[in-house]
Amino acid sequence: MDKFRMIFQFLQSNQESFMNGICGIMALASAQMYSAFDFNCPCLPHYNLAYGLGILLVPPFILFLLGFVLNNNVSMLAEEWRRPRGQRGKDPAVLRYMFCSMAQRAMIAPAVWVSVTLLDGKCITCAFCTLVPVETLGNTSHPGLSQGEMKQVLARIPCKEIYDGQELVANEVAIRYLRCISQALGWCFVLLMTMLAFLVRSLRPCFTQAAFLKSRYWSHYIDIERKLFDETCAEHARSFAKVCIQQFFEGMSTDLAAAHCHPPRKVPVDMGEAAEKLLGITDQGTMNTALKSWHRCKPPLHLHSPALPSSCGWAGEGQPPMQPPMQSPMQPPMPRREMAAYYSRV
Amino acid sequence: MDRFRMILQYFQSNSESVMNGICGLLALASVKMYTCFDFSCPCLLWYNMVYGLGIMFVPPIALFLCGLILNRQSLVMLEEWRRPQGRRKKDQAVIRYMCSSIMQRAMVAPVVWIVVTLLDGKCLICAFSSSVDPEKFVGFANASHPVQVQQLLAKVPCKDDELMRNDTSRKAVSRYLRCWSQALGWSILLILIIAAFLARWLRPCFNQAALLQARHWSNYIDIEQKIFEETCCEHSRLFAHKCILHFFESMRQEIKLHGFSLPCEGEHIEGEEDLLRGITHQDKVNKLLKMWYYEKPPL
Repeated sequence: MDKFRMIFQFLQSNQESFMNGICGIMALASAQMYSAFDFNCPCLPHYNLAYGLGILLVPPFILFLLGFVLNNNVSMLAEEWRRPRGQRGKDPAVLRYMFCSMAQRAMIAPAVWVSVTLLDGKCITCAFCTLVPVETLGNTSHPGLSQGEMKQVLARIPCKEIYDGQELVANEVAIRYLRCISQALGWCFVLLMTMLAFLVRSLRPCFTQAAFLKSRYWSHYIDIERKLFDETCAEHARSFAKVCIQQFFEGMSTDLAAAHCHPPRKVPVDMGEAAEKLLGITDQGTMNTALKSWHRCKPPLHLHSPALPSSCGWAGEGQPPMQPPMQSPMQPPMPRREMAAYYSRV
Repeated sequence: MDRFRMILQYFQSNSESVMNGICGLLALASVKMYTCFDFSCPCLLWYNMVYGLGIMFVPPIALFLCGLILNRQSLVMLEEWRRPQGRRKKDQAVIRYMCSSIMQRAMVAPVVWIVVTLLDGKCLICAFSSSVDPEKFVGFANASHPVQVQQLLAKVPCKDDELMRNDTSRKAVSRYLRCWSQALGWSILLILIIAAFLARWLRPCFNQAALLQARHWSNYIDIEQKIFEETCCEHSRLFAHKCILHFFESMRQEIKLHGFSLPCEGEHIEGEEDLLRGITHQDKVNKLLKMWYYEKPPL
């Protein structure tokens, strides 16, 4: 248990490393997804562009949204943004900090996808094969193909098996050309992203460092407060449930004793703690009745002193088990029903 | 459990080892990236040079910047550099020391990339195939037009090109350029290792005391910042704890004030009273949760 607590504390204090870990995993998943994906260029004039650019741009968008979905702090940000002001002011700088840090992490997987796609070259080759400069690469003196026909021939460049324009532009030459452009774009994109990341990281201490420390502290605070509140509520619910159930059994044992018109059977004194845990239920019939009652008539969510009668005890099984939430809390306890009616059911 | 604590403490105190680890990982990643990268020379006259030199120099810049970004110490150094003087003097030697150690670590991955590229040879063959002297090679010496020769030479890196398949002169040019490339690669490696060796050996001869001071204080600044962040986390945890307890207490007071409680309520519930904090009714719980959302307590 201590080990869990330590790990939990470590993760809590190093919340950023935890988020970085998820971010890294998503980046690797994105690279893996690309290599597993079976790219199939349609080799038709307008479809090529749509397919190539679609594969280049749609998955990164999905990965970006997924980055937000997988981030636990999104609900925290939304909650903090939408909560009524109440007695505590709202600091827009904190919200901005939280949003920026989430957006930065969510951008990594899409950037990896775009880089890997560009460095691989298939998408750009597919999308822009009709724009290959035939004058420089190929044979423009080839007998008259109209624009449309030339485009159709060029569109088949990515599909080597059906390419029939070898006299116009050699297939390998065109593919090498397009791939070179794609890889150049890819490396430029990688350089641009790293430069941007570097500037964002290094310019921050030069300006607004104090404001940054403040926003970071309060955003961690909000997260920790929410977690602690959930823990406290869980503890409270546990105690509530424990007392409620204890009172249920006590109430039941008292009622049964009253109904049977004799004191509850006393367990031998020398059994000690185990006897206490029996809560007065010492035979099969009583236990069965207890279980049936628990199912049919759960006690109200209202803890009370054991001296008062429970409103649901054994008085009637047709009553609604819970008080409706909108009722006034000042309502008096339910009147006891006739014992005889219950007794006859047993 | 003790082992975890020990490992955490070790990392905390030895930030240099963590930095060395990251540096090594980045170097390995650089080699892996090169082997995964599908080098395909365009085999066209000017594009070759741009592509070849681009592949040789652009990724190292990106790796260098990555090395700076991933190194936590660079942020610490920048903060120390830009902070207002306040009541603590700023020591330029410490900042210089930190800067130089960060730069040295960040340079490892780019150098590894360049050396691997040169030893492999493809980049240089692609970039300089059209710059070789055609007279030296039989197949290219007796061609008609210089531009045609250049275009032919530009196709040397592409083994599968129809013109170049099984061409012995192509292989000769390729071998020649690869020889130069590998010689360059090994020389650079040798020079760098000798430089590193001399730097480590000769350092104690110059200003060792100042170096020890600078190293100590740079370590100190790093640890101080880590501990400050941990303390802030611990503090915010305690703050939150107190805030929530106070909130539950004030709810209990409010409930008492408005007479929500039944007579003789709290005293008979033994043992769990502290945890229940006077909230023993579904309505009260609902009210508490609603209050928590609509009116969070002031900080």
